[in-house]
Amino acid sequence: MEPLLRVENLKVEFHTERGTVAAVNDVSYDIYDGEIVGLVGESGSGKTVSQLAVMQLVRTPPGLITGGRVLFEGADLLQYPSKSREMRSVRGRKIAMVFQEPMTSLNPALTVGLQLREMLELHLGMNREASRERSVELLQMVGIPDAEKRVKDYPHQFSGGMRQRVMVAMAISCNPKIVIADEATTALDATTQLQLLELMRDLVKRLGVSLVLVTHNLGVVARYAHRVYVMYAGRIVEHGTVAQVLSCPRHPYTRGLIQCVPRPGLGDRPLISIDGMPPDLIELGSACTFLPRCPYREPTCEQEVLPKLEVVEPGHEVACHLVSKGSDPCR
Amino acid sequence: MKTPSDGYALEVRDLKMYFPVTAGLLRRKVADVKAVDGVSFAIRPGETLGLVGESGCGKTTVGRCIVRLYRPTSGDIILEGKNISRLPEREIRPLRRRMNIVFQDPFGSLDPRQSIGSIVGDPLKRHRLVQGKTAYRDRIAELFEMVGLDRNLTGRYPHELSGGQRQRVAVARALAGDPSLIVCDEPVSALDVSIQAQTINLLRDLQRKIEGLTYLFISHDLWVVQYISTRVAVMYLGRIVEIAESEQLYEKPLHPYTKALLSAAPVCDPELESTRHPIVLQGETPSALNPPSGCRFHPRCPMAQPECRERDPVLRSVGEDHQVACLLI
Repeated sequence: MEPLLRVENLKVEFHTERGTVAAVNDVSYDIYDGEIVGLVGESGSGKTVSQLAVMQLVRTPPGLITGGRVLFEGADLLQYPSKSREMRSVRGRKIAMVFQEPMTSLNPALTVGLQLREMLELHLGMNREASRERSVELLQMVGIPDAEKRVKDYPHQFSGGMRQRVMVAMAISCNPKIVIADEATTALDATTQLQLLELMRDLVKRLGVSLVLVTHNLGVVARYAHRVYVMYAGRIVEHGTVAQVLSCPRHPYTRGLIQCVPRPGLGDRPLISIDGMPPDLIELGSACTFLPRCPYREPTCEQEVLPKLEVVEPGHEVACHLVSKGSDPCR
Repeated sequence: MKTPSDGYALEVRDLKMYFPVTAGLLRRKVADVKAVDGVSFAIRPGETLGLVGESGCGKTTVGRCIVRLYRPTSGDIILEGKNISRLPEREIRPLRRRMNIVFQDPFGSLDPRQSIGSIVGDPLKRHRLVQGKTAYRDRIAELFEMVGLDRNLTGRYPHELSGGQRQRVAVARALAGDPSLIVCDEPVSALDVSIQAQTINLLRDLQRKIEGLTYLFISHDLWVVQYISTRVAVMYLGRIVEIAESEQLYEKPLHPYTKALLSAAPVCDPELESTRHPIVLQGETPSALNPPSGCRFHPRCPMAQPECRERDPVLRSVGEDHQVACLLI
């Protein structure tokens, strides 16, 4: 099956006074029709920047997409300038994004109805009558009570959870193929987060869109995603189905990430933390980026260059020298 | 009922904290936000009580009342047998040595213009806990060691440290006065997961090493709370709805809100997740300015009965060390 979106060897750099930050380094991934894909990693791992790069929303300067291809509907999106007509017909329309902080994504001076209608009129060429009707319908779809009245409200009149629902309504307003939810539920309370994630899963099924869940919460991925990509220091270090990656992690970082989170049934055993800190993305050496923190490292790892993703079982790839040598540290 | 002298490290009885809402030119009081509205619990020495709930439930306000950053509207706070809820600030100050707080934000809670050595040493000076420069320096070095900070870092400033290191400084400062109680208010929420684990392990190790060190651990992260707490209290709209031994609460929750809250928190285990059935609550948490009548949870409760709208449930015992505030149980 052809993927809906294929990202190949994406590279994004930021030029700062201290030097060049390699925020996203040689990242490749696929999104298929109707699936939910998790993209996990800690802050600074490049998960958000990689998504912004796909949408060409990386501010230049200081950021710069220095390589790679973003294949979507038979074209390489990176060939189009950010402000081109082609890119505008994709961004927000065929690929939509929901961010963590709805207050900074919504215009505080315009009613949510107007902001929804703007999308519909601009992208889909609807007339005022049709867009007005559709905006109410969209708010109803995302479970906002009294939608007819609420379209006339301003963003600040909504609670955090409701505002995020408005963002979801905007994201699905133009029948997108892909919705990218970037930590969209992180700031919400547990029960509100659940409401929103259940809503998004429901919409994925009903509308047949694909959903990319960018998050640091492995639990969310375990519950909702089909496949998952794990990022560390700007690279994908492991990917596979959720069962493959989260039940039998092979990369030492993935394993560490799972073990350091308290979970039911842990009892009195100490949490296994990952020692040290993520590397400085300015001075990345040529060796494995996880090497300084890796509890399984062997002297040979230091002499090797960066490990490449290698297939360990169908659909499951890991970038670790020890795994490719067959001595599986995590088993 | 047990009396306060029963050797609790901390006992809180019917704590209320109302924040006035003012309006108009004369700032007249027009209403109260009942952030905490009748909360009672006790913690034994060396125990950790986890306090969980969603934003706005009053958990942080409870913590701040206990260390008397707020002066509660009413109720008793009994620390080591002494009621401190009405004491004036002047009499509270010497007590701050024995009770302390670690905040969520390790960026905002440390003075950026003081070296971390002097931040940690501040309580030593203020409470005159050490005599002479050498003793002062030795004690700081000792505190640094306790929290796993390199003693050569004493001259550094907060901005030079990582979030995890900063939180260690905050813990060292809290430990300086040799406290019996530390209120931990979301101490790991701002940290990345790999750093969270280090901080949680540190807090646990310290409790094992220091006899009688008691924590009130406030967090919205249910699994972190389960891991670190001996007992857990669940708050909703200014009240405790359920309190029990940690294991009991997580395995056999009784209150409908506790059940929904636990089911909402996803676990990083795909197999377990496929067998769980999250309970999706309808609507949103009502405002503490105007809480619902009767049981405060009734508008969202999947089990609500007509009587729940009328009667306000009280927290009552349903088993050994297990209390629930629900009319249906």
